[in-house]
Amino acid sequence: MADVRHVSPKDGDALLMVGTMKGAFLFRSRASRARWERGGVYFPGNPVYAMAYDGRAGRHRLWAAPESFHFGSVMRSSDDFGKTWTSGETANLRFPEDSGASLKRVWQIAPGRAEEPEVLYAGVEPAALFESRDGGKKWSLVRGLWEHPHRPQWQPGGGGQCLHTVLVDPTRRERIHVAVSAAGVYRTDDGGRSWRTAHKGVRAQFLPDKHPEFGQCVHKIVRHPSRPDRLYLQNHWGLYRSDDAGESWKDVASGVPSDFGFGMAVHPYDPETVYIVPLESDEFRCTPEGRLRVYRTRDAGKSWQPMTRGLPQKDALETVLRDALATDGFEKAGVYFGTRSGKLFASRDSGTSWAQLADGLPPVVCVKAAVVAKARGKGH
Amino acid sequence: MKLTFRIPGPLLSFTGGRTVVDAEAEASTVAEALDQLWRLYPGLRDRVLTEQGQVRPHVNVFVGPDSIRDTGGLSTPLEGRVEIAIIPAVSGGVAPGRDG
Repeated sequence: MADVRHVSPKDGDALLMVGTMKGAFLFRSRASRARWERGGVYFPGNPVYAMAYDGRAGRHRLWAAPESFHFGSVMRSSDDFGKTWTSGETANLRFPEDSGASLKRVWQIAPGRAEEPEVLYAGVEPAALFESRDGGKKWSLVRGLWEHPHRPQWQPGGGGQCLHTVLVDPTRRERIHVAVSAAGVYRTDDGGRSWRTAHKGVRAQFLPDKHPEFGQCVHKIVRHPSRPDRLYLQNHWGLYRSDDAGESWKDVASGVPSDFGFGMAVHPYDPETVYIVPLESDEFRCTPEGRLRVYRTRDAGKSWQPMTRGLPQKDALETVLRDALATDGFEKAGVYFGTRSGKLFASRDSGTSWAQLADGLPPVVCVKAAVVAKARGKGH
Repeated sequence: MKLTFRIPGPLLSFTGGRTVVDAEAEASTVAEALDQLWRLYPGLRDRVLTEQGQVRPHVNVFVGPDSIRDTGGLSTPLEGRVEIAIIPAVSGGVAPGRDG
């Protein structure tokens, strides 16, 4: 059995949660983010596609959704940074009997608004949204989305038919955006009772009708908390921005070597600054020209610049998946990403320069970054 | 009737480390026999069955030498002394190439 190490983060430390195809890891550093220590492997052998940190209400809670190829997926949490986890004895995300569906994979765990510290969301495969209102003990299917008339016709993307992104609007209590592959972006304005599409202008390059009512293969959407109506979207071909909460989208793919990619992250303090890692094509899902480049915009997508300092620029055929790119909560932002080849990179100067934190991990599918909350319970 | 269950390694954390579980109960089908096992070790149920009550696709359940997939599934009738083995399918591992 793999040797398990632990980390003991303190208030104000940086914490990385890294989910891989064969278990999860934690990385911890002081706020300088100059030196990192590694914890794990947790859930050895099990893919972990979803992790989250919940620092609301004075908690230091980690969430992970380890899955067993044979024995299913369970949501587990830890209040001591991975030293112990809830048992996972009972499957806590369960499709109700009348749905006829069975949980395949948890793709996303999203804490709710700061002022609703007991609310959590989970996006799963087959594509559905679950909600908990008691801090994650009990979960229920969000029926409004499950019963949407489009849902029976949603197609699976290459990764499966998954609800992979949940964006809770920090200012409008009842508004949530979700992204589903390959269906598109759906938005509720009434707390989940009703949903409508929010992907007008986003192309479905792979369909005869390039602008269908639904069927877009959205890979990731991000939003900045200080400007919640502005969203950015990495599509299966296409890079977009919306300034009206998803009512309409505008192509912002100028100056990138490819507008195909998966991961996307927004700067924690600047809603104009966004990060992506373009991949060559849907045929060849690797970094173009063998150069590992993070592209950064600082003007909301008008222009994109390659960030290469500290990243391999030769023979680097890497893939960064949809949840494997993240920013932390520091003003001088940390930006992090993991690759399918098991490398983990970090920048502590908002993406300008990079260092490799780890090599030889199993394929990385999930990277989440957080600043460990102060004891008063204020999240970052 | 005497029931004997064989538990695979990855599930031993749910049985306190027991690889063999014996039970004395009446069970006319595999489903009823497994209900006895869930009663003793509740954590096993969600590992072996989906929330819809079906055996997970990559788990095999054998009665003696026979997979219940060939004998009627969970409704497979039982009689006499029965040994039931829960065995992860050798199709195990991680499906390759899933990007999104």
